[in-house]
Amino acid sequence: MTRKRKRLLVVLLSLGLLGTASALVLLAFNDNLVFFMSPSDLAAKGAPETRRLRLGGLVETGSVSREADGRTIDFKITDGSKDVAVVFSGVLPDLFREGQGVVVEGALGRNGVFKADTVLAKHDERYMPKEVVDALKQSGHWQGEGPAASTAAKP
Amino acid sequence: MIAELGHFALALALVLAVVQSVVPLYGAARGEPALMALGGSTAIGQFALVALAFAALAHAYVTSDFSLATVVENSHSTKPLLYKITGVWSNHEGSMLLWVLILTLFGAAVAWFGTALPPDLRARVLAVQGMIGAGFFAFILFTSNPFLRLSPAPPDGNGMNPILQDLGLAIHPPFLYLGYVGFSVSFSFAVAALIEGRVDAAWARWVRPWTLAAWCALTVGIALGSWWAYYTLGWGGWWYWDPVENASFMPWLVGTALLHSAIVVEKRDALKTWTILLAIVTFALSLIGTFLVRSGVLTSVHAFAVDPARGLFILLLLLIAIGGPLILYAVRAPSLKGGGLFAPISREGALVLNNLLLATGALTVFIGTLYPLFLDAMGGDKVSVGFPFFNRTFVPLMAPLLIAIPFGPLLGWKRGDLLAAGQRLIAAAAAAIAVVLAVLLLVRPAEVLAALGLGLAAWIGVGCLAEWADRVQLLRGFGRDTLARARRLPRSAYGMTLAHLGVAVTIAGIAASAWESERIELVHPGESVSIAGYDLRLDNVERIQGPNYTADRGTVTVTRRGSPVAVMHPEKRFFTVQQMATTFTAIDTDLLSDLYVVLADGDGNSTWTLRIYEKPLVPWIWLGCGVMALGGLMSLSDRRWRVGAAVRRTRAAAGAAADD
Repeated sequence: MTRKRKRLLVVLLSLGLLGTASALVLLAFNDNLVFFMSPSDLAAKGAPETRRLRLGGLVETGSVSREADGRTIDFKITDGSKDVAVVFSGVLPDLFREGQGVVVEGALGRNGVFKADTVLAKHDERYMPKEVVDALKQSGHWQGEGPAASTAAKP
Repeated sequence: MIAELGHFALALALVLAVVQSVVPLYGAARGEPALMALGGSTAIGQFALVALAFAALAHAYVTSDFSLATVVENSHSTKPLLYKITGVWSNHEGSMLLWVLILTLFGAAVAWFGTALPPDLRARVLAVQGMIGAGFFAFILFTSNPFLRLSPAPPDGNGMNPILQDLGLAIHPPFLYLGYVGFSVSFSFAVAALIEGRVDAAWARWVRPWTLAAWCALTVGIALGSWWAYYTLGWGGWWYWDPVENASFMPWLVGTALLHSAIVVEKRDALKTWTILLAIVTFALSLIGTFLVRSGVLTSVHAFAVDPARGLFILLLLLIAIGGPLILYAVRAPSLKGGGLFAPISREGALVLNNLLLATGALTVFIGTLYPLFLDAMGGDKVSVGFPFFNRTFVPLMAPLLIAIPFGPLLGWKRGDLLAAGQRLIAAAAAAIAVVLAVLLLVRPAEVLAALGLGLAAWIGVGCLAEWADRVQLLRGFGRDTLARARRLPRSAYGMTLAHLGVAVTIAGIAASAWESERIELVHPGESVSIAGYDLRLDNVERIQGPNYTADRGTVTVTRRGSPVAVMHPEKRFFTVQQMATTFTAIDTDLLSDLYVVLADGDGNSTWTLRIYEKPLVPWIWLGCGVMALGGLMSLSDRRWRVGAAVRRTRAAAGAAADD
């Protein structure tokens, strides 16, 4: 086999692989991208049922209650202007607290209650997920982050 | 005073790095031995200076010197000594210092062990190392000075993120950085070869041990990170396809490809330009990994800082460090003559396939990791890409690679015989089919994909052993000859077999995760939960006092059909300084399965929530990584890489070059 034919073969093989990879990526993007929304976004745009999404905001103070089975937890996520009821069954992360920023992943049910299968209270340095900070800033309810942040904000 | 000394040492190191990036290069171009030799001294000098700076920072942490800003932000006087030491690199500034410490360590190692290299190649390699060093020293000094003083000094520090206070995580960054930064050596060799315009078998022989060492460290680093996530986060997961994890996984994938393609350069003098490109891309991905994690672009455990100035600086560094070599590559690569020809079905062909699949796999991970960032930066929707994406893109690409593993070593160089290789793998195929059938028939619930995964593991494992048996002619009758042959087999051959066996072990661990079971129960002390044949009784929960936390410590007695198995102590810890709770998981393992218990708050009526997992074969995931790294080390200890051997090769290569 000549050098040229060998090279052609390798090029064809790489192109084939790249094609396969792009097809896989595009297919997976179609079905598996999870969009992030804030309660206000959800109220304004609505969400397709059964489509997975991430919802982020603060856990509304006084909204957390546990159902009789001891495992199912109801709470509300708020961004200051709108709130969404969330139901979650399982063990909450250590950082989950009322007034704390969280992101939940799941889908919006027919009854308007968000059924979460994952609750993320990320172990970020500021203990606040970035998306939540952005969403709060957008809705004008961003309070800053206490002394550390206010000193950093000074020029 | 000590801190200022450290700061000064860093500044001095920057000066040395600048000298090192210019003078040896000029010397090599002019052929002046004295100027070329300067690179060695500056490299060792840089290492000494950075070690001094690092020691100064460590001193500040250990003595809790709260006049230093990083110490205040990341330490506390009540923190245990071990975490005061590991606290040095658990934050942005300190970890960048660790980065350059390892960079200069590798630079000094090249100077030290590279005395057998041709002086001009050594000078150029060290010059490129100097350039990388100069960039990072400037980055540290101008944007993230670890020796920044605070006045007045606060009485105590803010403490360290509790989940980072862990031994596994303490040694995870050094290993990860040994890997990331270790690839800088192959990068420097690649750039030096481009400047020189010459790549030969001897070059590959020098590059491979460095790549191998970096790869081993990265393998261990990734495994440690995954293990840490498994036992600290309390969710029982060991890989989340989190961008930070992907940032370390991409250099690993391409580095693995580099490891394999360098063999072709060494043995067959082919695939030169491709290998050079891989060396550049591997280190570029290591830099991008650093950028992703350090710039705070990603919100994650590892993103310590959100500072746009740093981001811009790293972006600029990336542009120069990746763009420069790629331009050089575009100019010089066409002049590098390809060597030996080979048929598509051959050892070389198999290694090309390995490279293409690994590179494409890395590309899909790259897209999945960066697309959300890209979309966000463009002002589009906020999206996240998780498990399903990677399961449907990366996994299908890896399947053919894994199936092909046992074939590769059985194919001859230049022209291989696929049929003959297949015949020698009949035992492996039989083992794989037997495993799949046995699992499908015996294990409930029936999981077809997982059964196939276990079959794949058996195929690779038995296939590798078959190749070894073939080499020592085990089946032609066992005798003294067999042992002699086994002894004569080079260490690198054992290294390959071990590393591939490690892959099989890891695959088995991953596949078996389909059979894990989970139970979450609200229990009163004294009540039991059963899972996978085990009975777990929560005896009591008591309040205990740790060095810098208080904890609720549960005592869980595990029995199986009435006979005791283990007593486990899951804890829920509360760190007083940070006002933060963490989970301390209790894990009981017999290396065939893990019993994993998490204690969480109950409903407030003297109950506790127990989250229990039974995870078959899960330790094999990390065990396999360990075996892979061991294989790498075994190969690294091969006689071929020893200094004396390199000298002989140099002379031979010099002789060959003179003949040209």
